[in-house]
Amino acid sequence: MKRLLNTLYVTSQGAYLSKEGDTVHVKVENETKLRIPIHNLGSIVCFGQVSCSPFIMGLCGERNVSLAFFTENGRFMARVEGPVSGNVLLRRAQYRKADDQQTTGELARSIVVGKIANSRIVLMRALRDYPGCAGVEVIEGAIKKLARIMEDMKHIYSIDWVRGKEGEAARIYFEAFDYLITGQKDEFYFKERTRRPPLDNMNALLSFLYTLLTHDVASALEGVGLDPAVGFLHRDRPGRPGLALDLMEELRPILADRLALTLVNRRQVKGKGFIKRETGAVVMDDATRKEVLNAYQIRKRDEITHAFLDEKISLGLVPHVQAMLLARYFRGDLDGYPPFRWR
Amino acid sequence: MMVLITYDVNTVTAAGRKRLRNVAKQCENYGQRVQNSVFECLVEPAQFVVLKNQLENIIDKELDSLRFYFLGANWKRRVEHIGAKISYDPEGFLNV
Repeated sequence: MKRLLNTLYVTSQGAYLSKEGDTVHVKVENETKLRIPIHNLGSIVCFGQVSCSPFIMGLCGERNVSLAFFTENGRFMARVEGPVSGNVLLRRAQYRKADDQQTTGELARSIVVGKIANSRIVLMRALRDYPGCAGVEVIEGAIKKLARIMEDMKHIYSIDWVRGKEGEAARIYFEAFDYLITGQKDEFYFKERTRRPPLDNMNALLSFLYTLLTHDVASALEGVGLDPAVGFLHRDRPGRPGLALDLMEELRPILADRLALTLVNRRQVKGKGFIKRETGAVVMDDATRKEVLNAYQIRKRDEITHAFLDEKISLGLVPHVQAMLLARYFRGDLDGYPPFRWR
Repeated sequence: MMVLITYDVNTVTAAGRKRLRNVAKQCENYGQRVQNSVFECLVEPAQFVVLKNQLENIIDKELDSLRFYFLGANWKRRVEHIGAKISYDPEGFLNV
């Protein structure tokens, strides 16, 4: 089984990354902060004003360590990629499947079913953890409605229909989402999903986590040799990692939504850690961002049992495992794509 | 697995000092220096074989010595640190 390699997050402004032998050398204001062998890392994620020597970029490309740059607020800017890797036959198989209406619909359906199932689990867990909380009827209603949508999706494969159902399920889920926030109610609430820019604290937190997840999923897809840009549920658009966004759908509730709720309900992040700009956009301060990154890393090390493989793996490996299953499906080794289901 | 590597390289001659530098350089590629001639390396078994071979080729077996301590995957409860020179945990949250 693949080992979950660590991620190096560089958030210090003015940091400089260079190659020293086979190690990554991080300097801040001419002082060495860290020197770590590249083989311990799976990816390097830089936020804000961080620079890199061309040699470290080359080393990352060569060793398949993904190196990505984000703005301070987590907007994706660029990724360094080595030579096109992976298997051309696999990529061709992916493109053929993407051109075929029937398989596009089938795959999109699998992904959406996985997403709805996992969203339901998030709601059900909330009911289990906080029995008798406010909005029990709303949450219970949402759980039932989501079950009905999953039932509806048993036989239909049309891609537009699937997209419609996905939207409907997302609306039902997010309508109940506010009731899952049990702590710090006056500072964290959820009315609707806003993005680019997020307009309240909860949306800012979710957006940041989704960015981290997109990065992880895109790297996982590249790791097995798939093209992250050619999606099924998401239409192709220049510069958009369609397949990464597809695969992310089923992982969002577990790796991002649930984590955001935990951070707020356990008061690990506070309202004062969020800053409202004149434009109405909400951004996090450095300490909060660090706390979120830390929690995300810890979450990724949680052990779960993968229902399809029946094997114990860390949550952080799930994107890699799903990418591998997707590749098997494209190659024709699997009849359908088994989405990730949280127990 | 975590491997602790310690070495003694005879530095009486210029060639000895060169061997010392090379041993240190190679160890740094695989792990972190926790004390002067002591490295903690988090490596896969295959990587360890490569590293061991490289180190064996550098040293002079008549004059120098190498020691490897295998701490396994559960190394964290086998290591305790007191005092200066704080190290990082290669499996922990890496944030600079």
